Amino acid sequence: MIKGLLEKPVFATGLVVGLLALTAWGVTRSPRSIVLFMLFQASILVLYFARIPRWPKALLTAGTLGVLMPVLGTINAYYMEIAIQVGIFVALALGLNIVVGLAGLLDLGYVAFFAVGAYSWAIFGSPQANQMFGGSAFPLSPWWFFVFLLVGVGVAAGAGILLGLPVLRLHGDYLALVTLGFGEVIRVLANNLDKPINITNGPKGITPIGRPPIFFAPLLQALGIDPSSNVIYPLYLYALVLLIVGVTVLVNRRLEDSHIGRAWEAIREDQTAAQAMGVPLVRMKLLAFACGASFAGAVGVLFSAKQIFINPESFTFMESIGVLAMIILGGMGSIPGAILGAAVVTILNLQVLKGFSLWLNELRNAGTMILGYNLANLPTQLEPAKYERMIFGLILVLMMIFRPQGILPARRRTRELQESAEP
Amino acid sequence: MTALLEARGVTKRFGGLIALNKVDFILEEGRIASIIGPNGAGKTTFFNVFTGLYVPEEGTVSFRGAPLLGLRPDQITALGVCRTFQNIRLFRNMTAVENVLVGMHARVGAGLWSALSRNRRFKTEERALWARAAELLDTVGLRGRANEIARNLPYGDQRRLEIGRALASRPALLLLDEPTAGMTQGEARDLMALLRRLIADLGLTILLIEHNMRVVMEVSDHVTVLDYGEKIAEGRAVEVQKDPRVIEAYLGRRKWTPAAGGDRA
Repeated sequence: MIKGLLEKPVFATGLVVGLLALTAWGVTRSPRSIVLFMLFQASILVLYFARIPRWPKALLTAGTLGVLMPVLGTINAYYMEIAIQVGIFVALALGLNIVVGLAGLLDLGYVAFFAVGAYSWAIFGSPQANQMFGGSAFPLSPWWFFVFLLVGVGVAAGAGILLGLPVLRLHGDYLALVTLGFGEVIRVLANNLDKPINITNGPKGITPIGRPPIFFAPLLQALGIDPSSNVIYPLYLYALVLLIVGVTVLVNRRLEDSHIGRAWEAIREDQTAAQAMGVPLVRMKLLAFACGASFAGAVGVLFSAKQIFINPESFTFMESIGVLAMIILGGMGSIPGAILGAAVVTILNLQVLKGFSLWLNELRNAGTMILGYNLANLPTQLEPAKYERMIFGLILVLMMIFRPQGILPARRRTRELQESAEP
Repeated sequence: MTALLEARGVTKRFGGLIALNKVDFILEEGRIASIIGPNGAGKTTFFNVFTGLYVPEEGTVSFRGAPLLGLRPDQITALGVCRTFQNIRLFRNMTAVENVLVGMHARVGAGLWSALSRNRRFKTEERALWARAAELLDTVGLRGRANEIARNLPYGDQRRLEIGRALASRPALLLLDEPTAGMTQGEARDLMALLRRLIADLGLTILLIEHNMRVVMEVSDHVTVLDYGEKIAEGRAVEVQKDPRVIEAYLGRRKWTPAAGGDRA
């Protein structure tokens, strides 16, 4: 009965709209409740799974991400921060998905491309470049940020090809090791290129990094909104992230559903057979590395502008593994999987485990008794936030045992073959 | 008749083992030829030399008069030589039709920009690719299984899908490495009928490696026998069958005539 109703688009649409409205209203009523915000996130997931015709669904998604989310973000700034971070990791996961999920080239140093993009804007968007060239021509005007989004793409793609060239003959474990080394080399370079010429300012990092200008400030003033209000900037960054994620998804889908994507998958399945069927291995592998890296480059630029300060600590091996875990958790080679994996892991780290720690803390401060044990005596070492990685690791292990294909595994497209018209 | 594929003095060594020893080979256009020989005779090595997977130490190989050695496998496929593998090597987690589509890669004109912008050229070409994939699946009798994942197909279908995938690159020369291995006599006969049809319809030349003697004798115009990396006989099937060196290579030194019944006991 209920299942039958859910099949009906009108009912499903109504349900989703109701859920979204209810949870969003809940968040506005009590902005600090993490549980309510998570329910809101869950209803976005329901929206994804609901059987709603294409256009209403697209409209609802746009409305949720473009209107509801920013509204909630102005009510609690931390939610905006979460949304931005989720967006950044979604773009990273989608980039890595091309290299690992589609082309099957295990890359353990992916964060290097993120670093390359971040540093390319950090150096020129801050006074740092003056150290190299002398004078005081830098920082570049914030308008250059938009140019650097493309520069980041180009530089990261170049780095991708640079990594690709020497490892073309390798695959499997050997490839993974070399990419791991590459990731470390980039981090060590960032750490040490402060002498003899100061390029990266070493471990001290670079600050202040320029932020994209609020070019629509006059418009806001006309509407009676103060553009310097500290609500505006996160919203602006969120919009930029959303834009980058949108482009990333589009590019991913178009590549996947073309001869290029098919060639990548063929390489993943059997590279000798792929080459024997006419797939140029070198070119296609380099293309995979370059495409995957370019997304990381673009978000890297955005990341450095968002953070204002970057140093090599943001680009450690653990970050590469984190992004890899996202796509494994979500489902290798699957675009919805990569998006969901990135969202789940980021929300888990930023929200769930931290929220759990906060909650335990409150219980402790209140001296709550559980089974005759006073929580006030609970040692601080037992806070979930302290063993975040362990819980995360446990989740990964459990996932690999019970659902190794990931949450949303890649599904083969099935297509009706058309009767061939011409002979 | 002109030589489509010509090998001269091909020698391939693996360490101390000589897999091919100064082998000459000529294949004329429009034929079905077979390479036979005991296990380890160098048949598959020969195929790997033709398709660019191995580079021989000595000798030359030319296709339509142009040298093949030094070209990458994908370049050789683009020239019009395509193959199947002895131990089926499909793209196991892709659907049947996707396998065939990958086989067309060398014939795709669209580049990265076309794929990203989805311009008209890309759409027209993609439509044509899918239509031709459907035709090819029809040819090998797998039309109804287009959307099935390759690894889930029955064994015989996998073999035929591999042939369909190889045909997708529009080869002039098709190299089949034991296409009937593991097939029943009936399936093998159907496959041979398919090969004959391909030659008639597409003007293909086919080179087989085959263990099934009945198939070899039935279908091939020309048979080459390899043993320990050397060519020990070649000619029409009936002649080769009677060659004492061939009999010796297959059965050891013993008097035996295939005409007497072919019982190997």
